[in-house]
Amino acid sequence: MKTKTRRFLAFQLASLLAVAGFAQSTPEERGLEIAREADARDTGFGDSVAELEMVLQNRHGESSNREMKMKTLEVSGDGDKTLIHFDRPRDVKGTAFLSFTHRVGPDDQWLYLPALSRVKRISSNNKSGPFVGSEFAYEDLSSQEVEKYTYRYIRDEVYEGQDCFVVERYPVDPKSGYTRQVVWFDKQEYRSLKIDFYDRKDALLKTLVFLDYQQYLNRYWRADRMEMVNHQTGKRTDLIWKNYVFGNGFTERDFDQRSLRNTR
Amino acid sequence: MWRAGLALALAPFAAQAAEWSGYIAGEGRIFEDRPLHAGQDSDPSGALLFEPEFFHEWEKPELLFEFSPFLRLDSQDEERELFDIRELSLLWVNGNWETRIGISKVFWGVAESQHLVDTINQTDLAANPDGEDKLGQPMVHFVYVSDFGDFGLFLLPGFRERAFPGVEGRLRGSLAVDTDNPIYESSGEDERLDLALRWKHYIGDVDIGLHYFRGTNREPGLVLQSGDGGTPVLRPYYELMDQVGLDLQLTKGGWLWKLEAIARDSASDRYSAMVGGFEYTLYALGGSALDLGLLGEVHLDSRGRSAPVPFNRDVFVGGRLTWNDEADTSLIAGAFVDADNGSTNVRLEFERRLGRFYKLEVELQKPLGIEEEDPLYPLRRDSYLQMTLSRYW
Repeated sequence: MKTKTRRFLAFQLASLLAVAGFAQSTPEERGLEIAREADARDTGFGDSVAELEMVLQNRHGESSNREMKMKTLEVSGDGDKTLIHFDRPRDVKGTAFLSFTHRVGPDDQWLYLPALSRVKRISSNNKSGPFVGSEFAYEDLSSQEVEKYTYRYIRDEVYEGQDCFVVERYPVDPKSGYTRQVVWFDKQEYRSLKIDFYDRKDALLKTLVFLDYQQYLNRYWRADRMEMVNHQTGKRTDLIWKNYVFGNGFTERDFDQRSLRNTR
Repeated sequence: MWRAGLALALAPFAAQAAEWSGYIAGEGRIFEDRPLHAGQDSDPSGALLFEPEFFHEWEKPELLFEFSPFLRLDSQDEERELFDIRELSLLWVNGNWETRIGISKVFWGVAESQHLVDTINQTDLAANPDGEDKLGQPMVHFVYVSDFGDFGLFLLPGFRERAFPGVEGRLRGSLAVDTDNPIYESSGEDERLDLALRWKHYIGDVDIGLHYFRGTNREPGLVLQSGDGGTPVLRPYYELMDQVGLDLQLTKGGWLWKLEAIARDSASDRYSAMVGGFEYTLYALGGSALDLGLLGEVHLDSRGRSAPVPFNRDVFVGGRLTWNDEADTSLIAGAFVDADNGSTNVRLEFERRLGRFYKLEVELQKPLGIEEEDPLYPLRRDSYLQMTLSRYW
């Protein structure tokens, strides 16, 4: 009887401590914790390839499409390597973009221009610029390393019927186009469901929503659809991801300057 | 005729859902002034360009087949008419080894205003005076990829002659080059086997390349001779040469610092030349989506004023505007200024996609105050506007 009470008390005490522990961690620590957990849950995917259709729409509702293939290689201890081959529109077919993201410091980027068979190293200072005329900036599409932001947990909120953490993150790089981003992570799987982007004047610039999440290798979640709306211009860009394949056995050789030309 | 043959030859591939793409384009050129040289046509000229591309990839073994013929018909200058195989090659990637066999195109270099170290492929000077159009080169190309960079060996059987504008064409010297009667130093003429070595690497912010080339100089000397009936003709003279070269780029923030240098040795000449400069990009100009790239490059040639090339002691200043819009609109404009005599040549290139399948390109070249001693003097009246509309598929 005694032991039972003691055990019960001990349990109560532990849960109290846990609650107290949460209460004691600052919103900054809490935000970082959530970002680390989200990152940890996506670690170990190895590599992936997917087809991507980009639908660019202006405020009059006129749209144009781009199609590309995106390969990703997870690099342990650093940012991912990404290789993008363009297929449509046809005049840019064969153009390719290679990016080595780094946790700290500027990324390395190369562009392949098929008309001249030329590989050109380009500046990665363009991170806040639009990626191929879309509403996605380079920094929105590059791999989201924990170290690229500082964090602050804001509140819990139900978004689209899912319990979420709402976390603000502040880009470390002064070249970023944003003062802050507000991210809705679902508590179940730590997936980003929505991001609000605030421009350098701290005005709401864009909102990105992630739709139709699918799970791969019984672990990694990828949204089939990403919709970015620019509130200031009325333009939008939808990304439609198709044919995700994981575990391709890619190596660094599939992500070097030669591979810009060698595959499509 | 050849097109029908092509379709037949490639029919088995098509069944495997292989990929065809390409473009057909109409090009028109208008010159501001009447021509300067005898025989030149003063009317606007038109050209039709056709370049289909076939591509197929296999995964195991890792093979890549590319085929890209090119056809150009011209309303004015028969020397501008060309059928070329730009690409007909098979690439085999085997781990760290790559082998490419066939006709292909290779680009070396980092500079924008001149491609000094870009040696392998012959320039199609009839196509455009900017020298960016190249002819397909037969090659066997081995590459070994290592942690110390990519080591390449080129065996280049078969030499391609440079294409020059003909008698009726503009953008030439006072005499048209007699491309039917080239002179070769090598007894093998255009069947000599040329050789090149290439090393390419990147370390952090630095991209570096070195090369050695031994073979027939792609850039001919021009020899004045009297032809039939004593009329003077200009014959291209293709000399043998040894060349070493360097290309280097430092990428720091918004700055690209660039350097290309070569040293050439041949029976008639021994010299070195370089082009170096920067490209600085101002992103999101005035809060818009526009980027403005500022370009500055310096051209030097150890032969100084006596160099038989336009880029002996010249400066290039220019800018590149990129709209970052859905039509991929861009404008590049610049001026080549001779530091010795002030002769200036202004060039402008604009492009924009129209709808999903069309692209419009506008090009303008205007020589300003070309001095008599400048190699561009014979082209001083060849200010032109060119418009190209391409349909891609």
